[in-house]
Formats: sequence, structure tokens, C-alpha cells
Amino acid sequence: MTPSTSTGQSFRHIQLGISNEQAIEMYTMMLTARRFDERVLLLQRAGKINFHVSGIGQEVAQVAAAFALDRESDYFLPYYRDYGFVLSVGMTLRELMLSVFAKAEDPNSGGRQMPGHFGSKRLRIVTGSSPVTTQVPHAVGIALAAKMKNKSLVSFVTFGEGSSNQGDFHEGCNFAGVHKLPVILMCENNQYAISVPIRKQLAGKVADRALGYGFPGVQVDGNDALDVFRVVKEARERALAGEGPTLIEALMYRLSPHSTSDNDLAYRTKEEVEENRAKDGIPKFKQYLIDCGIWNDELNGELEAKIRKMIDDATEYGDKAPFPTPESSLLHVYAGDAEQGGMS
Amino acid sequence: MAVIDYISAIRLAMKEEMEQDEDVFVLGEDVGVKGGVFTTTKGLLEQFGEMRALDTPLSESAIAGVAIGAAMYGMKPIAEMQYSDFMFPATNQIISEAAKIRYRSNNDWNCPVVIRAPIGGGIFGGLYHSQCPESVFFGTPGLKIVAPYRPYDAKGLLKAAVRDPDPVIYFENKKCYKMIEGEVPEHDYTVPIGEANLLREGDDITVIGYSLPLYFIEQAAAELAEEGISAHVLDLRTLQPLDKNAILEAVRKTGKVLIVHEDNKTGGIGAEVSAIIAEELLYELDAPIMRLCGPDVPAMPINPPGEKNFMLNKEKVKEAMRNLALY
Repeated sequence: MTPSTSTGQSFRHIQLGISNEQAIEMYTMMLTARRFDERVLLLQRAGKINFHVSGIGQEVAQVAAAFALDRESDYFLPYYRDYGFVLSVGMTLRELMLSVFAKAEDPNSGGRQMPGHFGSKRLRIVTGSSPVTTQVPHAVGIALAAKMKNKSLVSFVTFGEGSSNQGDFHEGCNFAGVHKLPVILMCENNQYAISVPIRKQLAGKVADRALGYGFPGVQVDGNDALDVFRVVKEARERALAGEGPTLIEALMYRLSPHSTSDNDLAYRTKEEVEENRAKDGIPKFKQYLIDCGIWNDELNGELEAKIRKMIDDATEYGDKAPFPTPESSLLHVYAGDAEQGGMS
Repeated sequence: MAVIDYISAIRLAMKEEMEQDEDVFVLGEDVGVKGGVFTTTKGLLEQFGEMRALDTPLSESAIAGVAIGAAMYGMKPIAEMQYSDFMFPATNQIISEAAKIRYRSNNDWNCPVVIRAPIGGGIFGGLYHSQCPESVFFGTPGLKIVAPYRPYDAKGLLKAAVRDPDPVIYFENKKCYKMIEGEVPEHDYTVPIGEANLLREGDDITVIGYSLPLYFIEQAAAELAEEGISAHVLDLRTLQPLDKNAILEAVRKTGKVLIVHEDNKTGGIGAEVSAIIAEELLYELDAPIMRLCGPDVPAMPINPPGEKNFMLNKEKVKEAMRNLALY
């Protein structure tokens, strides 16, 4: 937590409208996402799967943001590190593992896309791609549709700080600003675009870019769950009040290499990584819950065991599930396409 | 049946679809108050309000991307690219996103967006107001591409595109806007996407084309008939998916085929049409497959001799048709 927090003020979550149970649920999601991510890294190292792109170090902000949204009506456009986010809005570990193993039953893409390319109409997680930041205009379009249809909802979109250099970020922000649309843009600033550090990506701050588009931009400590929750909740209230978009820059650190194909020590030092690992928001949030008197080591041990069991189950389920048939790769190019795929 | 021009047919299609379905809306640069730089969307703002004839910032990737987002939500957006020459910033949204949304989500999501884009030269538009970019998008699975020539098809294909559950690129020809007139029913109808149309029946040669060049082909065919050359003319109407059966049937009729388009020759639609013909009925041909297309230069110049040299016209088409007939 931030230095201003002391045990004397330790009911910040209650002040924000978060119950003790919800605070524990938030922690559960963060820890689940972390343990999931660690397991998938192991699966890749063991040769069970080909590829993983990790979100370790970013779970706190992802989970906190999800809890500040309406998980029954809002639309979500996460980017490829958002395991904590999608778990928090209802995706299951089994569903994530089906994606990791690229199996037919994977609800994200039927085993077609890389892991981390989320999508689920049922959960209003909008299907995403790999060219970065294309989802920003989509979020704006959904917010436009919501405004046209008088629906009380927001679209929430995330992306990295590298992505904030893409044209689609700027074009999307400008459109949303002009039409005062109910969209929340959250940059997960993890300090690196693969190997290129932030000083070579940005001469200014991501949050300041909002100024040019006529709406507020705020920086927040991405390792402070309650602060992220607060700014996302405020952004949602602004959006629903017709006051337009908000850009949130959540500061964090990518503790893992970019992906399993990346050797991060070629461009950063072990010391730098360790220094940031000490700022990890998950143990901090755990300590906060302990300080509030609603958590303890025994409960934590039980939770770890429960998560481990669920991940074991999901891994086995994903591993054993059948691959898509080769022929099925020809399907769903168009609506009602022919058995062999395509339209002819 | 009323005789109206091509641009009025496009406008009527949008008006009718917007009247029938409140999820249909138009967005683009200058489409609202001004009614479009060509007047294509004139009157829509007055009838449907500024949200449904939405003036957007000058930003093509956002126009496409916002339309894609709205379409995934369940709306039926018609996104206008002011000139097809300016749709390249939106290409990533069209090819990486719209075309792949159904496939990549394993049929969970779809993207019923229409991208309207004016193509073609002959208006002294120079390099960047004259292009035919069909071949850039052609061959991208997941997209449908239509390019009407007759006002009847301009209306019917646009209505079909709006109702289609998948992304459709609608290439309308600028030169056709006021020049091509035709009978257009006032009632509701659609022209099915994926079906070519026989414009003229003949016995000696088959000519296959789409969009503006068909105007020259029809004129040339009428004149060649007086010389005793009878042309069978097929309007592709839809470029993707190509109506393979109609192409083969039309070529089989005469055994000689000329393919015509304004887009440059190399890698154009004509190359694919040629390949289909060669694959299926090479030994039924009485002459080599011929193509008459724009030259392989980046785009047409604005100076009148240069533009004229690039553009097709009745004389060029007639000569090519005669050469094929005499082969």
C-alpha cells in the first residue's frame, strides 16, 4: 500500500464501499492469477505448451479495476496480459487452460489464437487480436453504441504504455473525447515494450496525453489495489454521468520476461527486477488484509492449497481435452459457411 | 419504375435501411451537416438526427475501428471512407480486425459492418483521389467485396450489405455517381452478394468486368454489333466471393474472354478471374485469355493527357473486343 496508509487507517476498503468478503475475493483473484501464470510458465518450460505471455506483476491493478466495474453489464476489452482481469469478470481456470493448450473447447477462440487473446460474448469480453491497440477504437465504438441505445454501461479497455504510441490509441481517444463517450482507458504501464524501456518509448507521461483529447488523465500506483479501485470507480461514475472518458495510467513493473521467447536479462539487470519484485502489490495487499484483522497465515495457507488444487484440475482438464479437428480450421470464415469453409 | 442516377440509388438504400432498422447509422467525414462531399448522405441528418448521420473526426482508422466496435455490440454501421485513396490508414482495422473477428472467436463474435468507399478516376483527382484499391483487400478471407455498376445493383447490393452478418466493403464509383442512370424500384429489394449478372447476351466474345468500365463495354458492344461482332457481357457485381459458376458459364458461351477493370493489371481481380477460367476450362478456349486494365503505375496523374492515358474508354475497350473477336 502507499506510504500514507497505516494500520490506523486500515479500513480504506470499507470507505471505498468494498466489503471484507469482496476484499478477500480480490486478493483471491490476484493470487489465482499469479499462481496460474507461474504454472503456465512451468508448462512451457516443461515442453507441454509452446508459448506463454506473462502478466506477473500486473495482477493487482487488473483485479482492482475489474472489481470497480459492473461485471453484469459493462464491456471489457482486455489486452494479452490480463489474466487477473478476465478471471475477475468470470472466466474460469479451466477455460484459461483450454486456451493455453489450444483445445477445441477453449471459449476464447476454440484453440485458434495464442493464449492471452481473450474473448467471450457471454462475459462481454470482446475478442482481441495481436496487432496492439486496435481494441481502443472498438471500445469507443461500443461506448458510442451504448450512448445511442441509452444503455447505462461503460466499456473498459486496457493496453500497454508502448501501445499508447499507436495511432489507434490517439484516434480512439480523440473520437471518445469529442463525443464524450462512456469509455475507460487503462494503460498498464509495465515499463517495457518487450526490450525497449519507457525512456525510449515516451518523452512525457501517458496520463498527460488525455489533456490533448479534452478529458482527465490520472496516474495511479498499479501496485495499490485500493487506489486503482478508486480511480476506476470514479471514472465509471463520470462516464455514466455523461462526462465522458477517463485515461488511467497504472504504474507497475513487468516482473516476467516479455514472453517465453524472450531473454529479459539481455536488456535489464537482475537487480532491477529484484528491486521491483520488492514492490509487488500482492504481498502488500495480503499484509493489508492481515492488518485489517480479516486475514491470517492459516487462511492464506488454505487458500494457496485450494488454488493449487484448482490449477491442477484445470491443467489436467486442458491437457486431456481434445484438439480441434484439422477440418474445423476451415470453419467460421463467414456466417453459415460451407462445410469445407468459405462461401463456395 | 423511376429512373434515377447511381448516387441517388446509394442514398435511397441508406435512407430505406435507416427507416427500417434503427440500429443502422452512417458515420464518416462530412457525412452529417454537409451531406457528404459528393452529397451521398444528403438529407440523412435532417431525417435521422446527428447521431445517425454522424460527422466524425478526420481519422479513418477510428471511423473503421469505432464502426467495428459498434457492430460487435449489435449495431449496423455504414462507415464512409471519403475516398478509397484514404482508407489505407483503416486497413489494419479492416484486414486484421473486421475480417477475422468471426474466425478468431470461433464464431462467438461477428462484425456486421459496411465500409463504403468511392473508387475510380476520370475526375481530375490526381494520384490520391482516383485510385481503385480493390486488389489490396481482395483475397482477404472474411471480407465480402461488392462493386456495383447499375443503379439497380447500387441500391440492392448496399441493402444486402447492411443486412449481411459479416463485413462488406462497398466500392462505389465516383464517375458513375451522376453519369449512370437506370431503373430502380421504389420498393424494398436486395441484390444477393456473390451473384454476377449478365448484362448482354452474345455469341462471339465474352467480356467480364465490374464498375465503371462496364459503361464503356456496353457502348462498345452496341457499336460492334453493327460490325457483326456479338458480345456476351458479364457484370461481376460482387468481387469477393467471385461468382465462379457465372464466370465459367459466360466464358463457355463463346470460348473467348476479355476481362476489364480500371485497377492496375498486376495482381488485380482479373488475374484471379483468369486463373479460375484457366483451371476449369482451358481446353474449351478458342483464344488466349485477354485482360484490359489500368497500367502498372502507382496511380493516375492529374494532367489531362496522363489521366486520359490511364483511364479506359469506349475506344480502348472496343479495340480490345474487336481484337479478341478477330483472333
